[in-house]
Amino acid sequence: MSKSEISTDVIIIGAGPVGLFAVFELGLLDLKCHLIDILDRPGGQCAELYPEKPIYDIPGFPVISGQELTDNLMKQIKPFNPEFHYNRMVEKVEKLKDGTFKVVTDEGEVFLAPVVVIAAGGGSFQPKRPPVENIEQYEGKSVQYSVRRIEEFRDQDVMIVGGGDSALDWVLNLQPIAKSLTLVHRRDVFRAATSSVNEMLALVDAGKIDFILGQIASLEGEGNELSAVNIKSKAGDIRNIPTTRLLPFFGLTMKLGPVADWGLELNDNLIAVDTEKFETSIKGMFAIGDINYYPGKLKLILSGFHEAALMSQAAKKIINPDERVIFQYTTSSTKLQKKLGVK
Amino acid sequence: MKIFVTDYDGKVHELEALEGWRVMEVIRDWGQDIKAECGGACACATCEIYVDEDWVSKLIPASKEEENMLDLVPNVEANSRLSCQILMSEELDGLKVTLAPNSRS
Repeated sequence: MSKSEISTDVIIIGAGPVGLFAVFELGLLDLKCHLIDILDRPGGQCAELYPEKPIYDIPGFPVISGQELTDNLMKQIKPFNPEFHYNRMVEKVEKLKDGTFKVVTDEGEVFLAPVVVIAAGGGSFQPKRPPVENIEQYEGKSVQYSVRRIEEFRDQDVMIVGGGDSALDWVLNLQPIAKSLTLVHRRDVFRAATSSVNEMLALVDAGKIDFILGQIASLEGEGNELSAVNIKSKAGDIRNIPTTRLLPFFGLTMKLGPVADWGLELNDNLIAVDTEKFETSIKGMFAIGDINYYPGKLKLILSGFHEAALMSQAAKKIINPDERVIFQYTTSSTKLQKKLGVK
Repeated sequence: MKIFVTDYDGKVHELEALEGWRVMEVIRDWGQDIKAECGGACACATCEIYVDEDWVSKLIPASKEEENMLDLVPNVEANSRLSCQILMSEELDGLKVTLAPNSRS
């Protein structure tokens, strides 16, 4: 057994609101969960797309923000001590001969469990790739969508594209070590923090960085080594800027990703499930929330909560087939209240 | 009222629209491929469309929020808009738009 092999009851892929609530329902049935998410924090879309936006259709909450809902769910599931594995994408899920699922992440970790729950929403969040010809060939070397190792930018001709906090933060952080730094943005308004914008403008005034109003038109280079980027200005003229490192910051978008290769029955890129257990075409593998499909499906958080509750009953029967489960309410059951730590 | 939507293959679709609906919702409801991953909250920039030149000036200009979101589109055109931010009304009957490649799911 390798060191990084983790055995548990349930592996939940996706730590959005529905994945989080599944921990609660499974926890009431004494099932232990590990969650894997590509983001660096819980909440999924609620955290990434609309943390500050009000949601009006969560039962019992006339209004709640994506972040508040996430925080509340984290508090609600705390008694069950779920374990989170962030910044990881599940690459492979396979069913072993004894029925156990083997889940492998892009970091090479292996998880083993009798039940897998896919609560991956719209898929995994991945950086938006500018639709420029041949950009793929430079990715990983000259084109990067996040800064993992600052040293890779030392003495390089760096170009940063975008007008938000990531773009501006990296302008300020990489300028001292880069050979040259060019910021490209489509307009002269920035969404970033005012202090960062002012610092950046001061660097432009001091001639330490260049700022160009425009967008990427094309790339020049050989192999995975970029040599220049052509920038199209608003007026339409093209400027050729020597560049060896390009950092485009256009936020994230969701891609179904490896889920498509796990042998599941799909319906228009959604995972087909039944409406009794929300089980996929593979026994022991469930799909809940925005990623599943069944007749009448509504992509609502509240639908995902319902699906989590029914899925949990079915998961329990797989994990403890001989145990008689009595249906109980948290308001009246002292047993459940003990699990929640309130009794 | 109706709108005309050119899809990614250049095919034009005449879609029935309802007053008050977002153009994104009309497109999605008729089964055209549009990512619109945040569902219309002006939070993702994946429902981009190009507005026909004749119609650009007839639309209410993009809000500050929409402009901010358009920053997350890697190649914004002068006639780029987010279709979740355009509400259907009588004045927009006959609106012509083209789905932007970035909106493809």
